[in-house]
Amino acid sequence: MSAATVTGGALHRHLGSRAAAGRSLLVPYVMAGLPGWAELVGEFAAAGADAVEIGLPFSDPILDGPVICEAAERALAGGTTAATVLAELPGLAAQVPLVVMTYSNIVLHRGAPAFCAALRAAGVSGLIVPDVPFAEAAELGGACGAEGIDHVLLAAPSTPPGRLGEVAQRSRGFVYASAVMGTTGVREHLPATAARLAADLKALTGTPVLLGLGISSPASARAAAAVADGVVVGSALVRDVLEGRGPAEVGRRLAALRTALDEA
Amino acid sequence: MATVPALLTPTGSAPAALATDGRFGDYGGRFVPEALVPACEEVERAFTDAWADPRFRRDLDRLLAVHAGRPTALTPAWRLSAELGVTVLLKREDLAHTGSHKINNVLGQALLARRMGRGRLLAETGAGQHGVATATAAALLGLRATVYMGERDIERQALNVYRMEVLGAEVVPVRTGSRTLKDATSEALRAWVSCADEAHYCLGSVMGPHPYPTMVREFQRVIGDEARAQCARELPTAVPDHVVACVGGGSNAAGTFAGFLGTGARLVGVEAAGGAAITHGRPGTLHGFRSYVLQDEHGQVGEAHSVAAGLDYPGVGPEHAHLADTGRVHYTTVGDDEVLAAVHRLARTEGIICALESAHAVAWVLRAATSGELPRGCTVLVTLSGRGDKDIATLMAARDGAGDVR
Repeated sequence: MSAATVTGGALHRHLGSRAAAGRSLLVPYVMAGLPGWAELVGEFAAAGADAVEIGLPFSDPILDGPVICEAAERALAGGTTAATVLAELPGLAAQVPLVVMTYSNIVLHRGAPAFCAALRAAGVSGLIVPDVPFAEAAELGGACGAEGIDHVLLAAPSTPPGRLGEVAQRSRGFVYASAVMGTTGVREHLPATAARLAADLKALTGTPVLLGLGISSPASARAAAAVADGVVVGSALVRDVLEGRGPAEVGRRLAALRTALDEA
Repeated sequence: MATVPALLTPTGSAPAALATDGRFGDYGGRFVPEALVPACEEVERAFTDAWADPRFRRDLDRLLAVHAGRPTALTPAWRLSAELGVTVLLKREDLAHTGSHKINNVLGQALLARRMGRGRLLAETGAGQHGVATATAAALLGLRATVYMGERDIERQALNVYRMEVLGAEVVPVRTGSRTLKDATSEALRAWVSCADEAHYCLGSVMGPHPYPTMVREFQRVIGDEARAQCARELPTAVPDHVVACVGGGSNAAGTFAGFLGTGARLVGVEAAGGAAITHGRPGTLHGFRSYVLQDEHGQVGEAHSVAAGLDYPGVGPEHAHLADTGRVHYTTVGDDEVLAAVHRLARTEGIICALESAHAVAWVLRAATSGELPRGCTVLVTLSGRGDKDIATLMAARDGAGDVR
């Protein structure tokens, strides 16, 4: 794991400077392999995303609720693999940093160093692996650091104060603050646990703190932006894709979220 | 359990502090979302504390005796031994309440849940044996139980679903992925994230995030401890030459081997040919732990296929992975046909219809006695992890020549 004094890579600098300029950050999620996913990355960048999360599907995603689970199943059924996705990324010429989100078995299958080298070669600048908690993160953090990949760590409402401080200091790019004790999914309102966690994390680090899990609507995004540096939005957008909406239409949903954040 | 009298059970080993970091060589660990780490840590603290507490041990021993029917018998397989030319002893977990060794673990975890102030148990189940055991322990201790079960397994195991419902448990169908045990386990972990403050996750095998592999082994070591003492009475050599158990997730094997790791006995774990994580898998992470996992060339977890639903799991407990790497335990596989033959052979020689899972261990003994891997005159302890009543429909389908008896 990189030392706390290391400043971080491209994602870290990009999000840090935007947040410092007073912008509420918006990071949407794309399940790689679903129809139109590559085009959607461009739509999201144009609609005001500050970075885009690229989900590499895994057969047993234990932090994901029904929407992302179904998306992963469909992507896998279509033959999507980490290799096919990483091969496509450079061709996207994405205008914003890309952050890969996947599960530990996909990373460890190649070995963390080789996986991180492949991310770098594909132009990816950040990595989120939700089933590698802080206590297990040393090896992966080291591999990320060696390739200049920002390793984004998660914090949860249940995380005790001591570990919260370590997560806040070690996380690169942003700190992924789980808004709720639960899985990814569409929820109507910002959970009550979110504000407290965001405030605690912001007191511990200058790295942007983004709330994720269950942030779906312009109203909940606005509420999140009032307490955090921005939001990660996944299931609400992926649900649109699963229901057959095209990249342009899903991009418009993101634009509405952008507007809500800018008004916050 | 405030006023529990002292018990006469053979399992009165002195409580000892349990020092472990949850690593078994390169395996084990705690690969769960940060949100679940505090819940795992709380289970670890509570278990470590309880396991060193003589009163907890006494309460558990008493439940194991008066509710589960422990100690279970060690039965010499007289006619089979004569036919094979080796002395076969059967550790009879099939005689435990609910029909398998699963009750040992759930009584321990249910007592622990109550000690932790949790009013509800969550569990995953495949064929339904662990679900039924969990529902049983919950009823016994006045807890609620929620059991996650794949939709496909619910269709295949209607009888066990109804048993759980009679016992008062809620059975939740899981519709993700392959809709079997591995998906039910994922769903139970997901559910636990949102209710860890009021529910205990009662995991059914020596797998999952630390402390589960260690805790479940300790709750199952009663099998090996009893068998060790019983073998000492039954055998002139005190310790059998070979100790054999079937391995899916690996809880009955872990419990059995725990009693014999410190002896010279040769230990053999028998996997299902279609679900052999150690034999055919490669290192990976699944459901919170690192171990051997059946997976494709891209790291997607595969489905296991065995005539024994209880062995249909693509991973294996991390301690088994370590014991395989060090060579202390020899892991091997048997196929469905050998297993079906073993059920009938044991039934007709000993009057015991064992579970298809347990028949994997028996099948290996039959093969090894024939091939000479088990020399004439040697002694073999075989753990019969469960009884075969649940498998009668499968046996009938096999007799009638159904193409797929799974």
